[in-house]
Amino acid sequence: MMKSENRKDYTLEIRGPKGGDVLLVITGRIVLGNLHQVIDDLRAIPAESAPSSLTVDLSGFEYLDSSGALALLHLKHEAEARSIPFEFIGMNSRVKGIMDLLHPVAIGAASTAPERKPPSLIEQVGEAGMKVAQDFVTLMSFTGALVTTLLYSIAHPRSVRWDDVLRNMRQVGVDGFPIVTLISVLLGLIMAFMSSLQLKQFGANIYVASLVSIAMVKELGPIMTAILVAGRSGSAFAAEIGTMVVNDEVNALVTMGFDPLRFLVVPRIIAAAVVVPLLTLYADAFAILGSLVVGVLGLDLTVYTYMQQIRITIDNYDVMTGFVKSLFFALLVGGIGCQRGFQVRGGPESVGRATTSAVVSAIFLIILADSIFAIVLHYLERK
Amino acid sequence: MTEQATPVIVVEGLTARYDERSILENVSFRVFQGERFIILGGSGCGKSTLLKHLIGLYRPYSGHILVNGIDIASHDEENLGKVRMNIGVLFQNDALFGSMTLSENVALPLQEYTDLPEGVIEQIVRMKLDLVRLGGYENHFPSELSGGMRKRAGIARALALDPQMLFLDEPWAGLDPITAAELDILVRSINTGIGATMVIVTQELASIFAVGQRVIMLDKEAKGIIAEGDPIVLREESADPRVVNFFNRRAA
Repeated sequence: MMKSENRKDYTLEIRGPKGGDVLLVITGRIVLGNLHQVIDDLRAIPAESAPSSLTVDLSGFEYLDSSGALALLHLKHEAEARSIPFEFIGMNSRVKGIMDLLHPVAIGAASTAPERKPPSLIEQVGEAGMKVAQDFVTLMSFTGALVTTLLYSIAHPRSVRWDDVLRNMRQVGVDGFPIVTLISVLLGLIMAFMSSLQLKQFGANIYVASLVSIAMVKELGPIMTAILVAGRSGSAFAAEIGTMVVNDEVNALVTMGFDPLRFLVVPRIIAAAVVVPLLTLYADAFAILGSLVVGVLGLDLTVYTYMQQIRITIDNYDVMTGFVKSLFFALLVGGIGCQRGFQVRGGPESVGRATTSAVVSAIFLIILADSIFAIVLHYLERK
Repeated sequence: MTEQATPVIVVEGLTARYDERSILENVSFRVFQGERFIILGGSGCGKSTLLKHLIGLYRPYSGHILVNGIDIASHDEENLGKVRMNIGVLFQNDALFGSMTLSENVALPLQEYTDLPEGVIEQIVRMKLDLVRLGGYENHFPSELSGGMRKRAGIARALALDPQMLFLDEPWAGLDPITAAELDILVRSINTGIGATMVIVTQELASIFAVGQRVIMLDKEAKGIIAEGDPIVLREESADPRVVNFFNRRAA
């Protein structure tokens, strides 16, 4: 490559006395590949030989590229800065062409580009605060708009694009089956195995079934499914809508009289709200299946006693609260994914940021909502 | 072109296909050292496909493409790397990296492929940006520039390694007439000054006449070249109605 091209394919010859009229003869080729060496060679000349005048003979040049020309013009600039008369002679038409091209370029002049100063600490804190506040306001107005649009869609079911709903249901739900299956089976296996190590010591093997089923149905099933959906589909919503914003597709929708919320967001939210609770039930079932394997193979329980224990432990109320919870999580994941997508401004890296933010915010909201549910359900159960 | 007619790109019997859909059939032509060569034709005739074959992004279905004597269809990554060092490409959507400033965009290939110290790279970058009349915009991000400026910045990045060949894909698309005319002048001055061979894909009539020395015209139905030569001569003398219609901007 260019680095290995570093052999000396040019010659530099200094003729004339030190301090007198010096003639510099350069032959060969000066290109980007040997520029480093050329610059080192040239730099020394005006200072060392301190000529009264400097003439550079270029008649032996084979090839000169624009970087090489820049180096020569720098030599000229340097000489003129020391008030040494300077001249190029023997330029052929090619060399002259490239020199003329660079001529208007202000060699050695300070850059006129405005500097970009990093903001001070106070500015950064202020900006971050403003951003959080702004983020909250846009999120609130989005939520308001989304709720009205959703209510409208429920009142007017024919306005919903059901084809899109079905397509999104497949993307969020059916395509998510393999990963949900894998994670929930493994989670069931691990929980059953770890708890069996402890419970065995007390001869309480049968309670492995209770432990796994309560943990899964009440907490882990909804949370884990929602987090998986946030990673798979919330991010996809943000990326899809963000890219549409970048490509002016959202603007095109608006000018054609479509409401982007109704066109893009409602189908996704409905799809998520239908599919995520079902996925949660599915995950619960597979986690119990996973733990059943440990119970039967590792704890010498029969399938019948294991399932019977689960029936005693879990009632419909538990399943229903898990179901409702996951419905809420679905709304949060879908909503925040779409909202982050609409926030995209500018180019590709903005889409990346929106996608990351969609997943992080979704996980945060899931945990927050789950805490609220825990407290509310606790007081509801007491009555 | 006149003094030394050395072919730098030789295309022989190129057939290009997307899956089973045939775009170009048995196309052969040559591009000579230092000329401004234009590939033109109606929409969907395979101009951009041909360009992407020439720069080694797509591999031909059959046929040979020799760039500087190296067959870029040979699947030889080392050879392809050598060819890529000697070509600069301006893509249709300028393809500047949005997360980098202009000077970082131009400096990127220099930092990767040369061992020059930072100070020198900085000077070269400024020289290239000055060359395309963008001096003073070093610290701007591409999103802060107009379309014409982005095209010029793309040319500056394509010129970063002083390539022997410059490929421009639709450089005039979406530019106003004044900006387009300025770009004509810039392209010509870079061609004569640096001596880089230029291969340009376009369908801008005014710029074809202002810049082009030799053109090939592709056609969708013929799946190949239907005319070759000086654009002004073609406009005046071609007997082919497709060529005449194109150059005189008439509906077929």
